[in-house]
Amino acid sequence: MNPFAITTLPLNVEALISYVSSPQAGAINTFIGTVRELTGEKKTIYLKYEAYVPMAEKQLKKIGTEVQEKWPGTRIAIHHRIGSLAISDIAVVIAVSTPHRAASFEACRYAIERIKEIVPIWKKEHWEDGTFWVGNQQETISYEKGEPK
Amino acid sequence: MISILLFAQLQEEAGCSEVEIEADAVSIADIKTLLQTKYGIGSLLESCFVAVNEEYVEDTVVVKNGDTVAFLPPVSGG
Repeated sequence: MNPFAITTLPLNVEALISYVSSPQAGAINTFIGTVRELTGEKKTIYLKYEAYVPMAEKQLKKIGTEVQEKWPGTRIAIHHRIGSLAISDIAVVIAVSTPHRAASFEACRYAIERIKEIVPIWKKEHWEDGTFWVGNQQETISYEKGEPK
Repeated sequence: MISILLFAQLQEEAGCSEVEIEADAVSIADIKTLLQTKYGIGSLLESCFVAVNEEYVEDTVVVKNGDTVAFLPPVSGG
């Protein structure tokens, strides 16, 4: 299995868990991002994700490298789905295994925050009354060096 | 030849996903000017990040013949 993949197919959580399982692990943490129906008063009918696939997969791999540097002994896999997704569909799965539990929570949280910063994937909301390309979710409008850190 | 890739809102506004130009040693600013002239997407481009050959670069980089330049609106994955 490619541990860092962008796919149009439904995501398989079990496959990522199996990938990170290891005799050295004392904890496996997973993050599953799903499609939410209500954002404020807006009702989503479905979402459409688009990606710059080859670059997005490279950036996912980069996040994996960062995680392994910060929390040695970690195994990590990240899959992100693109295309049309319905309410409650899984958009992203992160699985992390670490020797001890604290690092597994931290590493998993770090990975999802980094995805929202540096991976070229875009979400288009399709509401009852229109559409909207979702912008920067960090609400940090400008980056000092003109690129995500 | 330089390939220029447009994504998300940028792609919709321009009405195309890829533009090819015959050029060598041009700046990102030159390419932005060209895209503004051709598609009128100048203001959107200002909020974009730029990648050359699938790596983030700063706006000051010079693009060579054979490079692929991608304009990336603020990302919203996850």
